Amino acid sequence: MLQDHLISAAHLSRDDIEAVLDHAAAVDADPDIVRDRHEGRVLALCFFEPSTRTKMSFESAMKRLGGETVDMGSVDSSSVKKGESLADTVRVIQGYADALVLRHPSEGSAKLASEFVDVPLVNAGDGAGQHPSQTLLDLYTIRENAGLDDITVGIMGDLKYGRTVHSLAHALTNFDVRQHFISPESLRLPRNVRYDLHEAGAKVREHTDIDAVLPELDVLYVTRIQRERFPEEREYREVAGEYRIDAETLDSAPDDLTVMHPLPRVDEIAPDVDETAHAKYFEQAHNGVPVRMALLDILLGGDQ
Amino acid sequence: MSDTDKELRVSKIRNGTVIDHVTAGQALNVLAILGIDGTGGESVSIGMNVPSGKVGQKDVVKVEGRELSQSEVDVLSLIAPQATINIIRDFEVVEKNRVERTDSVTGILVCPNHNCITNADEPVRTAFEVLDDGVRCSYCGTIVREADVAEYIDARGAGETAL
Repeated sequence: MLQDHLISAAHLSRDDIEAVLDHAAAVDADPDIVRDRHEGRVLALCFFEPSTRTKMSFESAMKRLGGETVDMGSVDSSSVKKGESLADTVRVIQGYADALVLRHPSEGSAKLASEFVDVPLVNAGDGAGQHPSQTLLDLYTIRENAGLDDITVGIMGDLKYGRTVHSLAHALTNFDVRQHFISPESLRLPRNVRYDLHEAGAKVREHTDIDAVLPELDVLYVTRIQRERFPEEREYREVAGEYRIDAETLDSAPDDLTVMHPLPRVDEIAPDVDETAHAKYFEQAHNGVPVRMALLDILLGGDQ
Repeated sequence: MSDTDKELRVSKIRNGTVIDHVTAGQALNVLAILGIDGTGGESVSIGMNVPSGKVGQKDVVKVEGRELSQSEVDVLSLIAPQATINIIRDFEVVEKNRVERTDSVTGILVCPNHNCITNADEPVRTAFEVLDDGVRCSYCGTIVREADVAEYIDARGAGETAL
């Protein structure tokens, strides 16, 4: 069973994942089964970094469960600005809520915060670490479109700093999935993630070019390469251009390839892909609500 | 003459701990891990690059007036896996132990990842899981290879281990 907190995808077993995805599918099919189940309960949104879709989808999910949200607001307007520690901040906020969602710029912040609270805590992104609730909606989208066993998944872009990538790669080791990682050398998977994949016995290959592997893929998960990862603008433009896909790139892809992206995108997926049957990234974003409803429902104790 | 007699002739201590067969060059790191910096008043002597039939060269650390517990010395397995621990009372070796591999170390190492929450100003001690060939931060997951562990010893003091 899912533990009290959701800190890292590395802690998720196949059973945990399937429990959330099955519940999400049931909620998606009939939201009335959980409507108002958590009336009177409050979810605290603690976002130390900007967020649009993660924050709004958690908020929407809690409200659709009948609950309420309280929002810490931006760091600039909070006591964090006065130098308060994260440990103190979450200890105080847990008194205002039945569960916490935390996004913070430091790796390991969610684990630390979880040690100071007694209510369930969800890691909504800790620096370049993990983003496990995103992974659950990613897996939901993959399962809906390609199934989760005997598939080949390509993950492309910023694999070094991309927390959605780290979480997804961990979680996919629970399934019969061949994983291909496509990135510039400077942005390949960090050592600790490669170590975990190796320990899990995952079938993993790394590439610097997508062309050779594209025809094999059932799913292509694209992430943004950020400007600030490169010392020079020119180098960034050159590298980013190589990891950009458009409708023409996808000519050599299987017809049923599912293209995903955690969003926001800048120009790594050209708008002409949106019109193809491959594009599933908006569906993926919308899945955030039923998946987070299912997750919160389980963490808050369901209908008990 | 036994090995112990030879060793004691170098620098006898009446009561305390002799850490022998320390990997050559690691004596100061041993003291750092144990949090021994002289401020506690212990009399400490060290030998560095001492010829040793067993391992070629070794370091030796002798701490007068302090008997180190097994959990205190087990963290030394990270940097000196061959070390032996001799507890001395009234000039006699009363106990001889090897260091044992630990599962985790707390408060001993600094995480090399500057963006790790343990490097922020939070009320937390660092914690590392011990792997076959290194250690891993329990907070951010950063892996430090065994050969690099000594670089990340927290000079601020001793920690503890968990088996």
